[in-house]
Amino acid sequence: MTRTRFDEQLEELHVELIKMGSLCEEAISLSARALEEEDKEIEKRVFHLETEIDEMERTIETLCMRLLLHQQPVARDLRTISAALKMISDMERIGDQAADIVELVPYIAKSETKSKSHIKDMAKETVSMVTDSVEAFVKKNLDLAAKVIKKDDIVDEMFAQIKQELMELVRSQDVDAEPALDLLMAAKYFERIGDHAVNVAEWVEYSVTGIHNSNEHHLGK
Amino acid sequence: MESKFEVSKLNLHYGQFHALKDVSLSILPHEVTALIGPSGCGKSTFLKTLNRMNDLEEGVVIDGDVLLDGKDVYKEMDAISLRQRVGMVFQQPNPFPKSIYENVAYGPKLQGIRSKVKLDEIVENALRGAAIWDEVKDRLKKSALGLSGGQQQRLCIARALAAGPDVLLMDEPTSALDPISTSKIEELCTELKKDYTIVMVTHNMQQAARISDRTAFFLLGEVIEYSDTDQMFSMPKDKRTEDYITGRFG
Repeated sequence: MTRTRFDEQLEELHVELIKMGSLCEEAISLSARALEEEDKEIEKRVFHLETEIDEMERTIETLCMRLLLHQQPVARDLRTISAALKMISDMERIGDQAADIVELVPYIAKSETKSKSHIKDMAKETVSMVTDSVEAFVKKNLDLAAKVIKKDDIVDEMFAQIKQELMELVRSQDVDAEPALDLLMAAKYFERIGDHAVNVAEWVEYSVTGIHNSNEHHLGK
Repeated sequence: MESKFEVSKLNLHYGQFHALKDVSLSILPHEVTALIGPSGCGKSTFLKTLNRMNDLEEGVVIDGDVLLDGKDVYKEMDAISLRQRVGMVFQQPNPFPKSIYENVAYGPKLQGIRSKVKLDEIVENALRGAAIWDEVKDRLKKSALGLSGGQQQRLCIARALAAGPDVLLMDEPTSALDPISTSKIEELCTELKKDYTIVMVTHNMQQAARISDRTAFFLLGEVIEYSDTDQMFSMPKDKRTEDYITGRFG
């Protein structure tokens, strides 16, 4: 007994998630580049990506609803589809935050502080977190999911460091408070993107093991 | 909680064929227990051992313990009193070619109840218990064969209830019914478990997931997994269970 059609549809779901994941990666990478280059084309591309990510969320949601309706999945299939439905909300937020970062570009592009280069490092880490979390889902790779969750501490640490640096700069009046606050907000958006990648990784764990980190999603007694 | 049925190391042979292999299960009272598994896995055979429906089959050898409220159904109970306590509903509704009333009153009459008032009371209660009273109360003297398939099945449940059982065994009770009649039987099971213990064989995974509290997965005469239904349908422990319930078996 096999379910060829169902397996094909699950594969389609994986492909769509990978596509959405790579759009998120591109959006974050470009938003980090926009902080350096202040290129209107990059900014436009990020806004366009955000719209595409929103559309992908709706497409994947429809696909999942159709799978639930037609295939009435149980066990690992049910976990995969419900995890996908949760993950796309986090990925959609990642797209929004990339656009939020780009909106700050005109206010912080000219500021030259070491914090700005630290934000670039943060962006690099969060891009890899998003890439790894989607790959972990597709490959059902628990080690990769655990790696993403662990990396969040590094990103949080980077945020704390940037905050400290900016506080010192404002205190010593080396930068104005307004661009410093905008930089801090950009750093915060990257930190939030890291949190969303962690959420995705936690849903990967759920889809493989049936146990979610919060334990609230554990159906069995 | 004390088990209603405690089955341990149950083995059943049909001649050379080993149909049940070391089956041990605790069936809890006031729960719906679903038995699932591919055709020929032994789930119906197991169901029949609970009220000794296999007794008369040629070449059947049964070994192990089947305790109902602590009493061995093979060694300490006679088949007739056992079947009064453990009723059975089959895949195809099988009303007698008699009136609706007679179908339900048949068992109590066999038990020696003659009082018309008492029989009327039993019939009404059983038909109410099976959620069919309102549909048949004005046609009790009409033939049961004039009822729809779903109504006939609920009549068979009423007939089983009239004997005053503790347990209802159901062997694919909705597989011959349309979706509306199926829903009515499923709703009924949820109601009936307040007063009875229900053990149901089903091929419908969604039905097992919807109405049962516990599920046992049978394969080649063995119980592979027996657990809380939510647990089994969200994260089964055994790969064979997972493959079966997700439809990727074999």
